[in-house]
Amino acid sequence: MGMNTQGRPTRMAENIQTGGYADTVSGSRGLDQAEPLIFERGNLEHCGVDLPEPRGTASRLGGLERQGQIGLPGLAEPETMRHYVRLSRKNYAIDLGLYPLGSCTMKHNPRLNEKIARLPGFADVHPLQPASTVQGAYELMGELAHWLMTLTNMPAVALSPKAGAHGEFCGMMAIRAKLDADGQTHRRRVLVPESAHGTNPATAVQCGFVCDEIPADKTGRVDMEAFKAKLGDDVAGIMLTNPNTCGLFERDIREIADLIHAAGGYFYCDGANFNAIVGRVRPGDLGVDAMHINLHKTFSTPHGGGGPGSGPTVLSDALAAFAPVPYVVKDGETWKMVEHAAEAEGEPFGRMAAFHGQMGMFTRALTYMMSHGSDGLKRVAEDAVLNANYILARLKHVMTPAFEGSCMHEALFDDRFLKDTGVSTLDFAKAMIDEGYHPMTMYFPLVVHGAMLIEPTETESKGGLDRFVDVLEALAMAAKSGESERFLAAPVHAPTKRLDETRAARQPVLRWAPDSGEAAAAE
Amino acid sequence: MRYLPHTDTDRKAMLEAIGVASIDDLFQDVPEAARLDGLIDLPTRQGELQVERALSAMASKNISAGQAPFFVGGGAYKHHIPATVDHLIQRSEFLTAYTPYQPEISQGTLQTLFEFQTQVALLTGMDVANASMYDGSTACAEAVMMAARVTRRNKAVMAGGVHPHYVEASKTLAKYSDVKISVTDPDVADLSAVMAAIDEETACVVVQTPDVFGRLHDLRALSEAAHEKGALVIAAFTECVSLGLVESPGAMGADIAVGEGQSIGVGLNFGGPYVGLFACKDDRRFIRQMPGRLAGETVDADGRRGYVLTLSTREQHIRRDKATSNICTNSGLCSLAWTIHMTLLGERGITRLARLNHEMACALADRLSAIEGVELVTDTFFNEFTLRLPRPAAQVVDDLARIGVLGGVPASRLYPGKFEDLLIVAATETNTDGDLVAFEKALRGVL
Repeated sequence: MGMNTQGRPTRMAENIQTGGYADTVSGSRGLDQAEPLIFERGNLEHCGVDLPEPRGTASRLGGLERQGQIGLPGLAEPETMRHYVRLSRKNYAIDLGLYPLGSCTMKHNPRLNEKIARLPGFADVHPLQPASTVQGAYELMGELAHWLMTLTNMPAVALSPKAGAHGEFCGMMAIRAKLDADGQTHRRRVLVPESAHGTNPATAVQCGFVCDEIPADKTGRVDMEAFKAKLGDDVAGIMLTNPNTCGLFERDIREIADLIHAAGGYFYCDGANFNAIVGRVRPGDLGVDAMHINLHKTFSTPHGGGGPGSGPTVLSDALAAFAPVPYVVKDGETWKMVEHAAEAEGEPFGRMAAFHGQMGMFTRALTYMMSHGSDGLKRVAEDAVLNANYILARLKHVMTPAFEGSCMHEALFDDRFLKDTGVSTLDFAKAMIDEGYHPMTMYFPLVVHGAMLIEPTETESKGGLDRFVDVLEALAMAAKSGESERFLAAPVHAPTKRLDETRAARQPVLRWAPDSGEAAAAE
Repeated sequence: MRYLPHTDTDRKAMLEAIGVASIDDLFQDVPEAARLDGLIDLPTRQGELQVERALSAMASKNISAGQAPFFVGGGAYKHHIPATVDHLIQRSEFLTAYTPYQPEISQGTLQTLFEFQTQVALLTGMDVANASMYDGSTACAEAVMMAARVTRRNKAVMAGGVHPHYVEASKTLAKYSDVKISVTDPDVADLSAVMAAIDEETACVVVQTPDVFGRLHDLRALSEAAHEKGALVIAAFTECVSLGLVESPGAMGADIAVGEGQSIGVGLNFGGPYVGLFACKDDRRFIRQMPGRLAGETVDADGRRGYVLTLSTREQHIRRDKATSNICTNSGLCSLAWTIHMTLLGERGITRLARLNHEMACALADRLSAIEGVELVTDTFFNEFTLRLPRPAAQVVDDLARIGVLGGVPASRLYPGKFEDLLIVAATETNTDGDLVAFEKALRGVL
């Protein structure tokens, strides 16, 4: 059996009976329609766009005209529509059901946000138009910045990071710039808890730091003795997620902040789990120096099958001067964009990407914030925490919570309840697919064996949670009563059976090629 | 609140089931000093109507590209997007799905990514492509870092014609690494300075074509020279429509092609979100060093074809501090928009679209350069070119905006304190002959 480094199986064990459908002639199964690749469906002649005839004027390409075909197939509009609608039906989505991926905050995506983002005044505006023609866009960025700084009680925010990991990069670059400006060039060690997202250590290294892992204590939080022992004059800071990836609030967070500051380092807070505390707790009151905010998590901008995200990063007074360009400022009644380091008041560490950030996400997030208001956002955090604790309370008798006590916005279980059942966390997750649910986050955080991290979010109703809990309870009972077959074969009711990830990695096929279909068939 | 389903009765029942008296009991781990008594000082909840009214008022303060004769480019371009694209990307199953970590219920996303990767590879003339980066500038920065890993060298040479934002994003990513980036003089029109800068320690050269001024570059001689010294060639582009008409990076010897996909399917969006295209040659050394997600083909337990995310041992969630990049979320929905638009276009559509763009730009260049005192400084171009004006271009652009023409990007906006008389002008298929006439008239008026 293939395994990855998280201990998660990547291919099915041999000799598993998957049941199996009687094959149909077409390969479709009723409404689950087989859909070939566009390269197998279309050809170079088809086109789904009507464009006028070129005039045939002489080109100014300096002899660099393309020689030969590109090889791109086209489809007429009806064929295009069917191709993508058919494919869409092979996806799970929030709009279809509970999507309890821990650490991902899969909440309802309001359609008002989509409508506002598509107003021509926001969607059809160019980032390099003269300032006089985009005052509303600058104002929207200013307003979003105001909401984010107020919600976090932080004095500055960089809006340009394009996703959470990009925001981490922003915050850690600001810390590095500050240390270097203060002559603290010997500070290169960053403390990162074992339970951290993989982006944290990857980011620290990208900023020229080395990572030093801190273990978790038996309550799932930072081991304070180990943390204190690691402090020293080469420490640049700590990257800590709060609430952490075990779904727990770091009770000692103020002490951690004080100690890291006293040791001459800075506190980067990974804001991926801000949804648990928004409107109720302000990170600025916890001693945070930098924190990114995933607008695609807490502020409901759609995940879109893997982005686009947006990761504005709030900064403390100590770091604000090092914020990257560009940023908007209000000069009397007029907004302007500071685009170059030479025009900036502080000492920007640089520019993170072209233009000004993920405007399309800014409009959606601000729409969401204004809809909720300060009262609604507080309720968001409360209901998110209530829902996770409800799941924890209802399942702790049949599944095994990883830690004692209540949780914040996500409930973490380990795989002890599956001991000796022959069912792994992966099998359990795949059985959830057959029941019509997207599985929870599996095998993360790494500090818990066979982890199952469930984040329901605040947009699930009590009835919906009750149905979900009933299913998980029944599955746990089934596993314990020896019904391992249904788990090992799962999923059997999804568009595909379990997919062979080992084969995909060992014999990479990363694109279609004219003969790849035949090659696969010959095996 | 319309997005929150619980009633107070539900909440009470749930607190009882949990065994606590109030919601405050669930926040007891928060330090006393950080507990807020009341609400944060921000406006309270509002209905759809009120929010829409407030934000529509803000939007109406902007002049949108569709409201004026529009010629602004400089890394983002106005193109027509078929209605089908926006409809399809708003399908709930695409819009509200997460990264396809559970492939059995994510085949829609995975197959479209596999198709996207193939289309990007074909268009750039490369062998493989990843599932997207944030945008062209970050794709460019990641390519520089990848080239350094592949070659185990640490010098990168960027041509002066690379978009300054791309250069700055690359310098930011490389700032605290071993990689040192030098940039050649943007005044030099050809690649001689880039060629001269290559030595045995050079990891890569980065050349943008069409470059930020619109000039096209033949990469063949440069590729030969770079490869001779063991350096890689990174071809960058900000206008992917150009690849419908101009020779591809792959055909000109590039090892990595990176650029902005915004022109196809995505729209202007005031600068983001966009979609970074990232493609390279099929070389094991390259693929193992690629940043970002890759969709790959495999089979399920019944032997049926399916797709999964693969080669994730390059990525942060597995490799942590040894990952090729910290990227996690990429630009999924924008890559979907790109692939749908490209499927509608196909070979016939993209080549014709590119031709129309070029012809519109040629017609505009002829018109504007006929004005006394205006000089066309780019002798080759695709859909964007640079003019030398008798007055500072930034002032001219402001004057044009006042009379309702969005007339391009002053080069000084990208190069502060330099090129004050240069104006970068783009034309696309969305312009009409009437737009060209209006621009010419307006420019004559303000000069």
